[in-house]
Amino acid sequence: MSLTLAQVRHIAELAKLGLTPEEEERFRDQLSAILDYFGRLQEVDTSAIPATATVLPVRNVMRDDEVQPSLSREDALANAPDVADGQFRVRAVLE
Amino acid sequence: MDLYALTVHEAQDLLHRGEISAVELTESVLERIYALDNDIKAYLTLTPEAALEQAAEADRRLAAGERTPLLGIPLAIKDVLCLQGVPTTCGSRILEDFIPPYDATVVSRLREMGAVFLGKTNTDEFAMGSSTENSAFFTTHNPWDLDRVPGGSSGGSAAAVAADLCLGALGTDTGGSVRQPAAFCGVAGLKPSYGRVSRYGLVAFASSLDQVGTLGKDVLDAAILLQAIAGHDPRDSTSMDLSVPDYLAALRRADMRGLRVGVPREYFIEGMQPEVEAGVRTAIDQLVDMGAEVVDISLPHTEYALPVYYLIAPAEASANLARYDGVRYGLSVPAGDLWETYRQTRGRGFGPEVKRRIMLGTYALSAGYYDAYYLKAGQVRTLLRQDFERAFQQVDVIVCPTSPTTAFRIGERADDPLAMYLSDIFTLSVNLAGVCGISIPCGFDDQGLPIGLQIIGPAFGEERILSVAYAYQQATEWHKRRPPLPVAA
Repeated sequence: MSLTLAQVRHIAELAKLGLTPEEEERFRDQLSAILDYFGRLQEVDTSAIPATATVLPVRNVMRDDEVQPSLSREDALANAPDVADGQFRVRAVLE
Repeated sequence: MDLYALTVHEAQDLLHRGEISAVELTESVLERIYALDNDIKAYLTLTPEAALEQAAEADRRLAAGERTPLLGIPLAIKDVLCLQGVPTTCGSRILEDFIPPYDATVVSRLREMGAVFLGKTNTDEFAMGSSTENSAFFTTHNPWDLDRVPGGSSGGSAAAVAADLCLGALGTDTGGSVRQPAAFCGVAGLKPSYGRVSRYGLVAFASSLDQVGTLGKDVLDAAILLQAIAGHDPRDSTSMDLSVPDYLAALRRADMRGLRVGVPREYFIEGMQPEVEAGVRTAIDQLVDMGAEVVDISLPHTEYALPVYYLIAPAEASANLARYDGVRYGLSVPAGDLWETYRQTRGRGFGPEVKRRIMLGTYALSAGYYDAYYLKAGQVRTLLRQDFERAFQQVDVIVCPTSPTTAFRIGERADDPLAMYLSDIFTLSVNLAGVCGISIPCGFDDQGLPIGLQIIGPAFGEERILSVAYAYQQATEWHKRRPPLPVAA
């Protein structure tokens, strides 16, 4: 299967990934080749097979609603690129 | 005596008897790093002052009579595990300046035991890769031949262990990233069963596959490290609440008589390096000489492991890496609006392999393709698991090569993602099935490069694979060979 440039741009948009025109071209070729190779999975009959999402018998983990120690505000903000008044500062979403 | 050349268990013995100090040991390893790491480039971050302080503290605890297994032992930590106050970059520009405010659970367990942390080792960006060439900072070189890759993505940890730049190390294994570099560097690399070790504080790549593993100069060291980090952690709901066996006692009980060793016919493929096949076949003969019985087995869905892995891992990665948005931590590229900030931050911060996998994963999860790719991959993953379940009804362990070739040259596969992905073809299924595996050296090719033997066990069967690996090691000398590096620092 061969991806179009428009498909590559659409995937990049979904992934919020800024790509250069050269990257778009390269990924179109590479992803097409990889997906082609992956097409062989369609040979396998899986009509009655459930999918594995995890190999463990996982269950929901609950704990009592008790106050526990957590990171201080200072620690939580220490790595943030932009901080104002003890909060993360983000660009406006709405004008 | 060159202290840096000691194994963990040898150093432990000398420390406990008071014949050496943790500070002397740490200084010896640091000198070795200063002398050789310009050529090998195993470390991304060195923390010598902190290491010497930790060593001095270990000496005080030793003097007070404490005798814990890793007290005063200098270790290296792959740079995808959080070490409080020390940069954790994941080999990525997007986390270049990130300093975690907490320790990963595996790190805090080692810290409580008094281990000494030398620094953080190089990795493929976000552990995505099979050669450590995908690090955003530099490529690590294989100590056996500096023109070759150390394997990946725990290549920094494996190279550090092989070159005596630490006594032991932690890595992580999502599709073979502890075992394959262990094979390329001629050391012991153990991938525990999924759920055996806490993933808290491990920067997530593919959450249903990632597992912290151990790298040692020999099997005993890999087992000592596993003993230290294994066990339930309430902070990780995927760590199993199971008691941890005494792995060292299991090693001492090692007995190959009557052991059923499965040799899967699908793991001896056309195109694999003939010396690798010969080395592994000879190792199997050795196990037979020691009393094991060989059983020809089939893992019929093996050929689908590669596409299944490269759909599931990127799909999970695309979701996990959504958190790098330039707001709470990491690189932030200011741009016109919020969406453009996201695009530019991620476009500039991630390297080519990470972008490729995010694209692949986003595609596999997108509307219209989910059933054909992601769901299908999950279904075939079930068949791969069932292959192992059936096999372990017939045999105790499965033995095969770790990688189809020995270490390849730097740059050789860099432009061909599919060729690179084939490096992990013998290790991926183990992660998809959640079982455990270990790679140990079993010979050398005509270039003098190590060959890896992989021993696979059922889920939570670490005792079994460790005891087989240890028995093999007791009967052979491969693990004692050291790379051709300058001897004295």
